[in-house]
Amino acid sequence: MASHYEAPIRRPLVLGEKSYHDVSVDIAKPVEGKANKSWWIVFSISLAAFLWGIGCIIYTISTGIGVWGLNKTIGWAWDITNFVWWVGIGHAGTLISAVLLLFRQKWRMAINRSAEAMTIFAVIQAGLFPLIHMGRPWLGYWVLPIPNQFGSLWVNFNSPLLWDVFAISTYLSVSLVFWWTGLLPDFAMIRDRAVKPFQKKIYSLLAFGWSGRAKDWQRFEEVSLVLAGLATPLVLSVHTIVSFDFATSIVPGWHTTIFPPYFVAGAVFSGFAMVNTLLIIMRKVVSLEDYITVQHIELMNIVIMITGSIVGVAYISELFIAWYSGVEYEQYAFLNRATGPYWWAYLLMMTCNVFSPQFMWFKKLRTSIMFSFFISIVVNVGMWFERFVIIVTSLHRDYMPSAWTMFQPTFVDIGIFIGTIGFFFVLFLLYARTFPVVSQAEVKAILKSSGQRYKRIRESGES
Amino acid sequence: MYTISNRLKTFSIILIVLGALGVAYGFMTSHKSLEEVKTMLVEEHAHDGGQDASAQVHTESPDSAVSGTADVSHDDEHAVHVQAQLAKRPWSAMYVSALFFMFIALGALVFYALQIASQSGWSPVLFRVMEAISAYLLPGAIIVILLAVGSHYIGQNNEIFVWMNPDVVAEDKLIQNKSGYLNITAFLIRAIIFIGGWCTYRYFARKFSIAQDNAEPGDNRNFKKGFRIAAGFLVFYLYSESVMSWDWIMSVDPHWFSTLFGWYVLSSMVVCGITVIVMLTIYLKGKGLLPMANDSHIHDLAKYIFGFSIFWAYLWFSQFMLIWYANIPEEVVYFVSRIEDYKLLFFGMVALNFVFPFLILMNSDNKRVPWFVMMAGVVVLIGHYIDVFVMIMPATVVDRWFIGIPEIGSVLLFGGLFLLVVFTSLSKAPLTPKNNPFIKESENFEY
Repeated sequence: MASHYEAPIRRPLVLGEKSYHDVSVDIAKPVEGKANKSWWIVFSISLAAFLWGIGCIIYTISTGIGVWGLNKTIGWAWDITNFVWWVGIGHAGTLISAVLLLFRQKWRMAINRSAEAMTIFAVIQAGLFPLIHMGRPWLGYWVLPIPNQFGSLWVNFNSPLLWDVFAISTYLSVSLVFWWTGLLPDFAMIRDRAVKPFQKKIYSLLAFGWSGRAKDWQRFEEVSLVLAGLATPLVLSVHTIVSFDFATSIVPGWHTTIFPPYFVAGAVFSGFAMVNTLLIIMRKVVSLEDYITVQHIELMNIVIMITGSIVGVAYISELFIAWYSGVEYEQYAFLNRATGPYWWAYLLMMTCNVFSPQFMWFKKLRTSIMFSFFISIVVNVGMWFERFVIIVTSLHRDYMPSAWTMFQPTFVDIGIFIGTIGFFFVLFLLYARTFPVVSQAEVKAILKSSGQRYKRIRESGES
Repeated sequence: MYTISNRLKTFSIILIVLGALGVAYGFMTSHKSLEEVKTMLVEEHAHDGGQDASAQVHTESPDSAVSGTADVSHDDEHAVHVQAQLAKRPWSAMYVSALFFMFIALGALVFYALQIASQSGWSPVLFRVMEAISAYLLPGAIIVILLAVGSHYIGQNNEIFVWMNPDVVAEDKLIQNKSGYLNITAFLIRAIIFIGGWCTYRYFARKFSIAQDNAEPGDNRNFKKGFRIAAGFLVFYLYSESVMSWDWIMSVDPHWFSTLFGWYVLSSMVVCGITVIVMLTIYLKGKGLLPMANDSHIHDLAKYIFGFSIFWAYLWFSQFMLIWYANIPEEVVYFVSRIEDYKLLFFGMVALNFVFPFLILMNSDNKRVPWFVMMAGVVVLIGHYIDVFVMIMPATVVDRWFIGIPEIGSVLLFGGLFLLVVFTSLSKAPLTPKNNPFIKESENFEY
């Protein structure tokens, strides 16, 4: 009784009359079945976008960065905007799998697998940009502190761009390990159900010989907890370091101390929006509505609302301090954002990020799947513009009016961004067909405490 | 039901009396005439000169060689500054302590609201402890405001906030530009809004919490009301806390600004609140008054201390490193003055607030041992007192700081008051809430 007690006021997390077996069947179904026509259509579109992006990347590298819309004043624009945007999106995965684990949120069980997959695919997209925005990407390995024949020429550890290298690569590797460890019992489940020898072979390899003994489970839990404990500071530090790229500078509009936590809040905000976008479609397509319920969507909307409000406080703090500082450059930077040539981007960012999440205060709206889907897109547009506004509006007009200019993206800037979106969906679509998209082991762990059937049995006093 | 023991009552009254004596001593010795200050400076000077005469000659000679009269007026000016710094010391000492104890109450209130808004299943058995700690918020915040404004109206040139001094503002273009925001009327209006908002929440949260106790089983109306206002309060708090930190703390250095400041103060405040919650829980549990609170509850609270200590360090480092890195003169003065004059405290608090809890509370078993958590709590509280000290003192007493009778007296004074208010509040309602929909989960909680 003691450890299995759950307050009756809590709503069930697994709907329907599910048994353990039903969970396995439901989750293994997309992996065991064949892709339908619409999957192939979407996959082809994504693949085409991806290939187009590759073309643009090859063109950039072989011709030169000059094919982008950058100029002497604005050395960073779409490249770093996209980088920060993708890194930000990746953060929700770790937040869901690590932070919500630390806070013992049972609802994370149904969404953590896909959120982590999203993290990894998003970080891969992000990781492209630091490489391709280099003028000489073939010397990219010089950022690594490797002993060499130049009298051991070393890197300077003072640059946040170098910290980025360590942050992103650590983040990707830890997320990958965390994700894979969690997948072991699920791969084992698919392996044990497989009837085709080839499939059996593949999933046997992937499952690392998981046999689910008590000792294994005990260590599995401990590893998850330790990794969650490590991933939480990691997730904060990664986006913090990304924010340092701007905040350590002396550019008005960039140099501000609130950036570290505010970028993290923004990352969680945009990441959760992306999880919502993906899961709202996925639960429908692979019929997982009983696992990813409206309550899950509602809770994600609440997180979006909270982080959106935090971002709002940060915007207002920045505006106030810009005035309060008495520094005219700082004051102008914000005046320029609001009333300069990029006012439309600023307005779009404010509307999407500050106002749109406030709709989530209304229960009707936050439990509406259509509305949540719409807002999740709006938020991601807003967060893209947030990065764009921070980067471009601060650069295009700063200290010397003689260096003021404008930014126009070229088709290559846009093509690469579209390419990363295509690549992301290629990866995600492949994932959705081959991986157990819901962590069956974890859902089974909460089935008896939070499953609808068991809650009903408890309430009727039958148990 | 808890009843405050006479011993505890006497103890807190003794603290208050001792503290008041210390504060009074601080005021009696701090107001020196200009002549006294000059003699003091000459003595200090002679003392320094005796120790390393050669260094003094090199630094002093160009200045004194210019002209005799200029030197005299410069000395006078210097003495006036030092006189003001000395006069500000007892005020600042009280202000630091007042803020510190108010932080504890507000931090505990925020944690309480968070627990309610997040529908946490483990913490309801501790709600009364949190409610009691937050009882100090109203008197505590009023004391802070009285000190802030009182230091301007009582005495001469000893205000904690220089922007309240019209003579300073008259000569300071930067402060003049901010006077639309930094003026006493606006300061008071904002303070009333913050304190009003926080205390209204605390009043109704407590009311609904006790009303839920007496409700019929299954009647969750008061619980729902408590939930709603907790969410509303958290929004209000997020905004008001930022503005409060600019008003009550950041503006002691009216030339300096940092966008992160509000959240940095927030992290400090929440750590203090949680630390006192766990300490009071352990105390009550030791007396056998909180039988439902088990070592898992202590473990969870200790985890929060651990987590928020790291969060505090993260924000401390972010603010410090970004300003250090860019090294923009108008911002960096803040840390230059702190590192020059407060080096031990400035870096020492990082050890107390981060390194110590980080190493000590890492181990899961340690977090279940009451005396261990108690010890970590004491260190963390000392560390955060120093944090507040280093926020305020460099702006008021500059290098004339010392942790002596006025400072310790202030801590005793407000500490005694805090204990008295908190324990009185504790004795006004049963220690375990009833009929809270999550109370059974909380009683059965194990981790």
